[in-house]
Amino acid sequence: MAELNYVGKRIPRCDAQAKVTGRAVYINDRKRPGMLYGAILYSPHPHARIRHIDVSKARALPGVRAVITGEDIPDIPLGFMKDNRPLKKGKVRSVRDEVAAVAAIDPDIAAEALELIEVDYEPLPGVFTPEEALAPDAPLIHEVDPKGRPRKDNRLPLVWELKCGDLEEGKARSRYTIRERFSTTFVSHCCLGTSGVIAEFDLEHNLTMYSVTQIPFLAQNDYRAALEALGLKDRRVRVVCQTIGGGFGSKLDTHCYEFIAILLAFATGKPVKIQFSREEEFRAQPTRQPTLTEIAMGCDAEGRLTFREVRMLLDNGAYTSWGATTPSVMMVPISSLYRVPHVYYRAELAYTNNLYSQAFRGYGNPQATFAVESAMDLLAAEAGWDPVEFRLHNANQPNEVTPQKFHITSCGLKECIERVRDGLGWEEHQRRKATGDNRRGSKVRGMGLASLIHVGGGARVYRSDGHGMMMKLDDFGKLSVFTGAVEIGQGTISTLRQVVAECVGLRLEDVHIVFHDTDLCPWDVGTHASRQAFISCNAALACGRKLREKILERAAEQLGVPAEELELKESRIYPRSKPEESVPLAKVLRRAHFAPRGTILMAEAFYDPPNQMLDKELKGNLSCAWAFGCHGVEVEVDTETGQVRILNYQAAHDVGTALNPMFLEGQIYGAAVMGTGYALTEELVLKEGQILNGNFTDYKLLTAKDVVPVTPIIVETHDPAGPYGAKGIGEPGCVPSAPAIANAIYDAVGVRLRDLPMTPERLLKALREKEKQAA
Amino acid sequence: MKETIHFVLNGLEVSAEVAPHHSLLTLLREQFDLYGAKEGCGVGECGACTVIVDGLAVNACLLPALEVDGARVETIEGLAAPDGTLHPIQQAFVDLGAIQCGFCTPGMVMSAKALLDHNPSPSEEEIRTAIEGNLCRCTGYHQIVEAIKHAARNLQGTE
Repeated sequence: MAELNYVGKRIPRCDAQAKVTGRAVYINDRKRPGMLYGAILYSPHPHARIRHIDVSKARALPGVRAVITGEDIPDIPLGFMKDNRPLKKGKVRSVRDEVAAVAAIDPDIAAEALELIEVDYEPLPGVFTPEEALAPDAPLIHEVDPKGRPRKDNRLPLVWELKCGDLEEGKARSRYTIRERFSTTFVSHCCLGTSGVIAEFDLEHNLTMYSVTQIPFLAQNDYRAALEALGLKDRRVRVVCQTIGGGFGSKLDTHCYEFIAILLAFATGKPVKIQFSREEEFRAQPTRQPTLTEIAMGCDAEGRLTFREVRMLLDNGAYTSWGATTPSVMMVPISSLYRVPHVYYRAELAYTNNLYSQAFRGYGNPQATFAVESAMDLLAAEAGWDPVEFRLHNANQPNEVTPQKFHITSCGLKECIERVRDGLGWEEHQRRKATGDNRRGSKVRGMGLASLIHVGGGARVYRSDGHGMMMKLDDFGKLSVFTGAVEIGQGTISTLRQVVAECVGLRLEDVHIVFHDTDLCPWDVGTHASRQAFISCNAALACGRKLREKILERAAEQLGVPAEELELKESRIYPRSKPEESVPLAKVLRRAHFAPRGTILMAEAFYDPPNQMLDKELKGNLSCAWAFGCHGVEVEVDTETGQVRILNYQAAHDVGTALNPMFLEGQIYGAAVMGTGYALTEELVLKEGQILNGNFTDYKLLTAKDVVPVTPIIVETHDPAGPYGAKGIGEPGCVPSAPAIANAIYDAVGVRLRDLPMTPERLLKALREKEKQAA
Repeated sequence: MKETIHFVLNGLEVSAEVAPHHSLLTLLREQFDLYGAKEGCGVGECGACTVIVDGLAVNACLLPALEVDGARVETIEGLAAPDGTLHPIQQAFVDLGAIQCGFCTPGMVMSAKALLDHNPSPSEEEIRTAIEGNLCRCTGYHQIVEAIKHAARNLQGTE
């Protein structure tokens, strides 16, 4: 490969200066002239009939401009199954349910107005686990479906079932089999910037949303539907994203509060801002899906995997977001992590009176991998294999097709496992363990690892996985690049700038990325599935190539040198044989603009990767590149307190190519710590549908004092479909943390933790039970 | 009933009329248009609103605005030079990848500055203690800790 100027370099982010000086404008910092402040009244009950709402006192409060309830608004069905609406009517089904909303001239008055709204509820019996929800006599959460047909039970009409090979044959060929149950719970994204929006109509009722969405172009569609429900046909909707204080999947659905802002703005004729408090963020922002998983897995006498059978029950909560489709990604590790010929997977979802859940970094993969990789250690032990050797023995390899018809091209899984093994000092640990040398008083050391597979080359979740891009040059050689990508902190805009400078042949400082505005930027399907660097940089390669050709054609005319003999590099153009005769790009551009029969130099491209939607059997090459990785940890378990300390955390990722190693390491450090929190401390505790710890004192995010000594290991396999060989990295880093830690705890003290988070209380309880059994 | 207070804000003497229930964060954001300090929780749990008052890093969301009468208040907006030259802590955050979504960044930088003003060569443990009250969901803290170490070395080198 030719020497690269920008790709692969540790170049700081282009938004770093604005962010480090406090100049970056988040939704929290945004105001519009004449803006009103919206506030939402939530249900205190997890399940209740709304008998009556009296808003007269709230309406009478000076400074209040509008009070609305579910009775005042048109029907605006929301969510993946259209079973939700902005303000609930007749009934509430969880404590996050929006019952009424106000708009007032300041936030204090809005808050006071909420207190003046009187709601008469008739509490109803609720269901708070998916098993309860599916019991024959369970109270119905939705009496009718979105089309008004009566419902018989709380089961979602959405069953995910995947069959690959012949499960019975797989079982028959198994010498060793294990079967186990695992569970995961509610966790919150905890974006440091809380959610917010400003909805603003112009006099023709065109709508502008100052937003934090990860899907501006799909959100446009949802907002347009809401406008139609308000009788506003075919209005323009502009989505202008602000600097976003964290995403992690929490902004992949359009949410009730956004529509409430639209309704209040429509009712008042003023811009209306809704800004969540932290308490609201915990309450009203949907969580990660809790799962109950039963897994069985076998291998033959030679240690080759024979089958994997997984059944899951998901707590859907009271409404259905895109999160209900996470089983489509849970399938990825279940069918295709390691070579396993016979696979069965079935997931069902049940409505409950809990919070509903949504996309969250990994989109179900962490929940599934927790079960798969914990089970891998169980099976290795059953069959008498070393966990590392067992994984290497079954590892995926380049250029193979998995049972779910994923076409794996580049694959560095083996190298990831080997480098984690070496980074941990696995063999030395085995020797110490054999002599009991891993034990000091009550403290025992153990090691464990877990691998991952994830989409790394886009994911055809929708019919398109496309990304539009435009480029235009000004008189001075400055390039504006228009992209539909959303910057949620991951650095995608900065990576894109590097790739554009590289492929067009410009100085980095000549490239400016224009983003976050649907009026300016071409369509993109969304910032999800770790797709943005892969997709937008591929779009940049296509668009940049076109632009470069146009530039060189013009330069050829002007300089009298054939275009194919010209080079454009670092914003200068020169004949390859005579670099000393270079002219600035800006000069060529001005001549193009001012010449008789002049021209403008612009280009556009639409990149839609060659991947496939899952077919009726849920098979197909969902992504045109696959990301692999392996995390390994050494833990120290205190058998007196149940505390787990992480002494060494090796995180190897096959990323194809590192477009910017500094950003890449940032993704790995951050995701591994997020994954460790998921493993050990994080749980949004719900009791009978009520949130017990919706604040940062009681919801245990890891702090700087909870040292997780992560060593990122970057494995480069140069994927043939990737831009400069790169694959996605946004989500993979938080996928294997929990099973790696669970396996290390087992290695240290011989107890298998099956439920997340693996708190000291749970670990101590398991240790005591083990002691009891031994006695 | 509003009261008038006088204090030094980023090196300039200022005065303001403040209501007793308003926090320093509200004062900075609503009256001085200084939006660098963020509200991440409003109850002193996340540190996104950290500013320095008389040399100490404080949660501006918890401190009643009246309390800063006569005090010296430093915010993120006061760190970079008017010509755009970043403070060495800011520069280290930029250079070492310590910023992702950036929402925690101003508070994180101010906690780091309060530390380095008092303790020019802190241990890693002391750095981690100083930013323990500043939550970050993106970075996992490692690059932030490295940036603060780097800034400490650079600041020492310039003295």
